[in-house]
Amino acid sequence: MPEVTYLEALRDGLREEMRRDERVFILGEDVGLYGGAFKVTEGFVQEFGEARVVDTPISEAAIVGAAAGAAHLGMRPVAEMQFIDFISCAYDMLTNYVATARYRAGLACPLVVRGPCGGYVRGGPFHSQMPEAAFLHTPGLKIVCPATARDAKGLIKAAIRDDDPVLYFEHKYLYRRIKEQLPEDEDLLTPIGSARVAREGMDLSIITYSAMVWKSLEAAEILEKEDGLQVEVLDLRTLLPMDDAAIAATVRKTNKVMIVHEDTRTGGVAGEITARISESSFEWLDGPVLRVTAADTPLPYAPTLEDYVLPQTADIVTVARKLAAY
Amino acid sequence: MTARPAPARRDAASGIPAGLGREQLLELYYFMRLTRSLEERLTNLYRQGKVIGGLFRSLGQEADSVGSAYALDRSAGDFLSPLIRNLGSLLVMGARPVDVLRQYMAKATSPTRGRELNVHFGDLDRGFLGQISHLGDMVPVMAGITLTFRMRGQARVGLVYVGDGAMSTGAFHEGMNLAAARRLPLVVIAENNGWAYSTRMDRQTAVRHLADKAKAYGVPGERADGNDVLAVYEVTRRAVERARKGEGVTLIELLTYRRKGHSEHDNQSYVPREELARWERDDPLDRYAARLEEHGWVPADERAAADARVTAELDAAVAESEGEPLPEPATALEAVFAHPAVQPAAWYREAPRA
Repeated sequence: MPEVTYLEALRDGLREEMRRDERVFILGEDVGLYGGAFKVTEGFVQEFGEARVVDTPISEAAIVGAAAGAAHLGMRPVAEMQFIDFISCAYDMLTNYVATARYRAGLACPLVVRGPCGGYVRGGPFHSQMPEAAFLHTPGLKIVCPATARDAKGLIKAAIRDDDPVLYFEHKYLYRRIKEQLPEDEDLLTPIGSARVAREGMDLSIITYSAMVWKSLEAAEILEKEDGLQVEVLDLRTLLPMDDAAIAATVRKTNKVMIVHEDTRTGGVAGEITARISESSFEWLDGPVLRVTAADTPLPYAPTLEDYVLPQTADIVTVARKLAAY
Repeated sequence: MTARPAPARRDAASGIPAGLGREQLLELYYFMRLTRSLEERLTNLYRQGKVIGGLFRSLGQEADSVGSAYALDRSAGDFLSPLIRNLGSLLVMGARPVDVLRQYMAKATSPTRGRELNVHFGDLDRGFLGQISHLGDMVPVMAGITLTFRMRGQARVGLVYVGDGAMSTGAFHEGMNLAAARRLPLVVIAENNGWAYSTRMDRQTAVRHLADKAKAYGVPGERADGNDVLAVYEVTRRAVERARKGEGVTLIELLTYRRKGHSEHDNQSYVPREELARWERDDPLDRYAARLEEHGWVPADERAAADARVTAELDAAVAESEGEPLPEPATALEAVFAHPAVQPAAWYREAPRA
């Protein structure tokens, strides 16, 4: 089995789907000859031609709107946001047009909008964002956030095959930093809506997703070595639809739960997860549901500032110790 | 305000402009009459409280919707997306009046099952896509529709309506620019009816003519009298042919006038009465009927027969739809997604029926 990076796994998944299904095509800024800002679509225009790898103007609303029109007619567009920060320029198209299409008009809209998200790369306020909370509130969209190379591939393939619009947020910090041996299997699919236990434990649970899975696993190692704690890490993988069963299962197993996300705190995904736990599993809790998140600021550029704002492994360890003490 | 285009080219044999035949002239008349009469029926239903939401009239604009949509080739699979005052274009594409009535009355039988209002509905088989309220958004979507025609090697053409207001949105600009840059087979109809709600065109844009904006996109811009259905047909037909030949986007400004308020509740207090009166004298349906009469293209008895057909069809459509039920409440939870097919009900609400 070849060892592939997260980015290569994503690229392989896209390429396999384009080979498998001629309805699949890519559109976005600089995705053609240049192969995308991060080279996710490198080599695609040579293999699939300009008709299926469409370079667009700098127009996120038009990219998403055009993808929607094509999807109505039975195509399977994959729209790239060069950085996911720019998805806000297509917010109207996604929330008002795409998300409502099936409900209001019976229109199928099977498209994928994908792009690099996340910080820890000194990208500053507009090349580092985590956009999920802005879309979590919109019925009609699905949201996936792979943390592993296997899921980078499995979720892009599942997203393309899904009959609903899917937002696919790939973490740019992980692109070339993690590697995994993956089988060359056309049907390596990660089911949408299904979380994964990334590490088993009995003493407390960390619910997380995207790059924070790795920081949570690091923290779990430290907590095992230094405190003898068995920490369970649940990688949500999909935010919409949320895997309520997996969340309830880990809460009922460890009775102590914290949520880690890279996005800012107020109105973040952790609040929603906390409310669900409160409604479904209140009597199973032996402590408060605690959060580790970014501070409520735009994301600053200077390393000293960025590291201070974003969640770090040490933060997770600190909060886990407080929770374990209940 | 009025600008008359060059006289329509006349077919040497029949004397009928734009290569049309008598049957087509009668059909254009029928669709304009159907549009106006359907809206009059809706006004009655609105006053009776049977229209649930607002009512949007296209009085005085029927020629631009009907004439432009008529220039598409439905047998070739041409496709359009309307705005709120383009009911006539939907009827030309084969939308059924009974479905329009059901939409306005929020019936369970409506094309959107009571989820959306008025002319916000589509039919991919008949070749039209319902708009959303966010003006300009349909331009990028129609760019995607026509991009798909291109990818599939189909000689199909798309047409999208915007107005003097919609052209101020970012979505319009992005969609127009993408379609122009890619030379997509798209015709963009800019319906200049003078008003965006209560805002006059000179407060909407600094250009004198909406067609002037075509230059910025590197596409041809044309202007025509939107109250002359044959002129509308002819200018649109040219653009459709250009698009089909692979020559890309055309922006067409049609000059007309919104003779009712933004919606039925709006009393148009901001509209000068003499301006309204002037445009009433330029009524597109009256003008067209007079022209048909003057040239002997469609005699009065045939027009009267078309009127009677419209009346009978609308009588039947109102009778069919008026008593139909509203949707079952729990259907509100269906079809947000393909999978799962039903959204969960709150635990304190009765579960939806199986």
